[in-house]
Amino acid sequence: MIKKEMIAMLLAGGQGSRLGVLTTKVAKPAVSFGGKYRIIDFPLSNCINSGIDTVGVLTQYQPLKLNSHIGIGIPWDLDRNIGGVSILPPYEKSQNSEWYTGTANAIYQNIDYIDSFHPEYVLILGGDHIYKMDYEVMLDFHKESGAECTIAVMPVPWEEASRFGIMIADENKRIIDFEEKPKNPRSNLASMGIYIFNWKTLKEALLLNKDVPNLDFGMHVIPYVHQQGAPLYAYEFRGYWKDVGTLSSYWEANMELIDVVPEFNLYEEYWKVYTKSDVLAPQYISADSEIQKCIIGEGTQIYGKVINSVIGCGVTIEEGTVIKDSIIMNHTTIGANCEITKAIVSEDVCIGDNVVLGAFEEVDNETHPHIYNQGLVCIGDKTVVPSGVKIGKNVVVSGITTAEDYPDNCLASGKSLIKAGDKA
Amino acid sequence: MRAIGIILAGGNSFRMKVLAKNRAISAMPIAGSYRAIDFALSNMTNSGIETVCVLTQYNARSLNRHLSSSKWWDFGRKQGGLSVLTPVITEENSSWYRGTADAMYQALWNLKESHEPYAIIASGDCVYKMDYNAMLDAHIKNKADITIAYKRMPDDVRIDRYGVLSMDEAGRITELEEKPLAVKSRNISCGIYIMRRRQLIEILEQCAEEGRYDFVRDVLVRYKDVKKIYGYEIKDYWANIASVEDYFKTNMDFLKKEVRDYFFKTYPDVYTKEEDLAPAKYNTGSSVKNSLVASGCIINGKVEDSVIFRKVYVGNNVTIKNSIILNDVYIGDNTYIENCIVESRDTIRANSTLVGQDEIKLVMNDSDKHV
Repeated sequence: MIKKEMIAMLLAGGQGSRLGVLTTKVAKPAVSFGGKYRIIDFPLSNCINSGIDTVGVLTQYQPLKLNSHIGIGIPWDLDRNIGGVSILPPYEKSQNSEWYTGTANAIYQNIDYIDSFHPEYVLILGGDHIYKMDYEVMLDFHKESGAECTIAVMPVPWEEASRFGIMIADENKRIIDFEEKPKNPRSNLASMGIYIFNWKTLKEALLLNKDVPNLDFGMHVIPYVHQQGAPLYAYEFRGYWKDVGTLSSYWEANMELIDVVPEFNLYEEYWKVYTKSDVLAPQYISADSEIQKCIIGEGTQIYGKVINSVIGCGVTIEEGTVIKDSIIMNHTTIGANCEITKAIVSEDVCIGDNVVLGAFEEVDNETHPHIYNQGLVCIGDKTVVPSGVKIGKNVVVSGITTAEDYPDNCLASGKSLIKAGDKA
Repeated sequence: MRAIGIILAGGNSFRMKVLAKNRAISAMPIAGSYRAIDFALSNMTNSGIETVCVLTQYNARSLNRHLSSSKWWDFGRKQGGLSVLTPVITEENSSWYRGTADAMYQALWNLKESHEPYAIIASGDCVYKMDYNAMLDAHIKNKADITIAYKRMPDDVRIDRYGVLSMDEAGRITELEEKPLAVKSRNISCGIYIMRRRQLIEILEQCAEEGRYDFVRDVLVRYKDVKKIYGYEIKDYWANIASVEDYFKTNMDFLKKEVRDYFFKTYPDVYTKEEDLAPAKYNTGSSVKNSLVASGCIINGKVEDSVIFRKVYVGNNVTIKNSIILNDVYIGDNTYIENCIVESRDTIRANSTLVGQDEIKLVMNDSDKHV
């Protein structure tokens, strides 16, 4: 019989619409991070480093990049005879076929997958945070406390507590109450969206609540389990944990990696982060280039000046170009004599010569001020920007743009230029 | 593909000096991220070869670690795949490989049980990209018994340590001399051979019976006039790294754009074992000019005209010029390094000065790592 003590279910189906144009074509967990990684590498690496060798990845929104990235799990040593990584998309049933309508509904639709491993415990993970965490320690806590459900929590500053799901626990860390985004928080322990359930408890709760629309862990399953009187415990995590759900937090988290000794250290021997690299060559830095305070991925060729930036793999930056405070993702080409400041440039982008990104005075974005703000310029996947144009702040550009799209060779601050291609 | 691949990776060379102390030449790190054998292995996988035997002998620890999984070259197969063969003691045989033919003789079992009509033999210490199918096509077109890949070397390169060959107009080899005293041509053998698998088995068995062990001397040179041996020219980049000077030069070649573009940007790719290292990090005060830097490096100092392999730490106020720093080296603050090859896993203490005066200096101290 196949038997695993604990398996992980990784919820990776969300769009992450607050990342704007970065997630037009890819699910949030597949968005690049830190030069060579993708966001999902962090929970996946945590799994294998914690000794969890069976991971179900629930996909739904734009799964192509995610699927090809994960493959059969080789980079994480998750290619196993028994267990390993399995991609679990929604599927058609003889009746009541549906998409994943909520986080818990996605797990409900995969009860058979979980049952096939006969686990005692199931670990529920999200695919949108940057952190290193030993889930085995959390499992030990779960067993010792006698919990039927353990929720990982993180102390957050009190003034921010009203943005989170807040857990109120007694001195033994048993959860006595919880509130979603409370106006007057009674605790500062925020749920991290990481749960360990006794599988028996969770399965029962899922079966009994299967008809609840948009069945969700935070909204329905955990309140239900709590009402039944099952012991819920809070596992307090004190380490680096960063939400990268908005463009500005995504940009900040990348920038934190280039500090001299970053709070989140990728250079430790212990607890490595694994990823699938399609580029293996070393990077080349030319005689005329200048690089200060950067991290740079494999196979990148730099002929210009790069300061305070995170550069991905296989990028080319030509002579005379100056890049500051920016994120440039894999396989992007940037022409000569450009000036790029505070930009997020996605994958496979082609930027011509003499282009300025981040020009002019800052103006709020005209269509999506809650997404494109903080003065950032955001360039979507596979975008082409013609030579000689000036692009302002709080701007988004996506698609194959030509000189006609830039009256007077300019795109003012706050503009959105989305050219849907034939397959957008 | 219609051929089984054999990679000769057992070699050692006194010309590599202390660099050979730690590893076989085939495991020498190349161009920041690769090892020498990656080129032969990638060529084989890119040519569609499905079964490869790697013959190792000398100091294979580093090589074996590199070959610990065959996945990276796509040789993790149920049918075929990669076998690493080391000398074994059997009832009939209790010696090490006495030569290249002897080594292949011990792979006889693999040769006999495979079904491919041809065998491609390549050495693991050359840096090149090649589609062996094109060479096989020429071999078949010439109706050759054996085809040898050769490279025409420029006049200013010493070639007396290679096999030197001359051909007639049709490309048939008329003269073949190993390490000649006086060179009669500029064509050197690249150590890549194609022949029918059955013929190889036959020749190897005969050699074993007669007590002959060297493939070049006892097969190629000896059979030159009886068998039809043809040359096949390699026109693109090819380098052998079996001496310190060649090793240094080959690595420095990758600082040239055309060499980088050829190997890194032109299809097909060269594969290697992924080491799961973070992106290279350049801190404030670093200055890197005309250099290759591999992943996992942390750079605080100055690097010029150099190749920095994986996971090298360059301290504050360090200067590195015209040097090669192999994997996992820690370079303490205020150090000056010029014209050196620094051996992997080394620690250079702060305030050191290491300069190669007339020739490249090999730096290898066995001190413990201190970080």
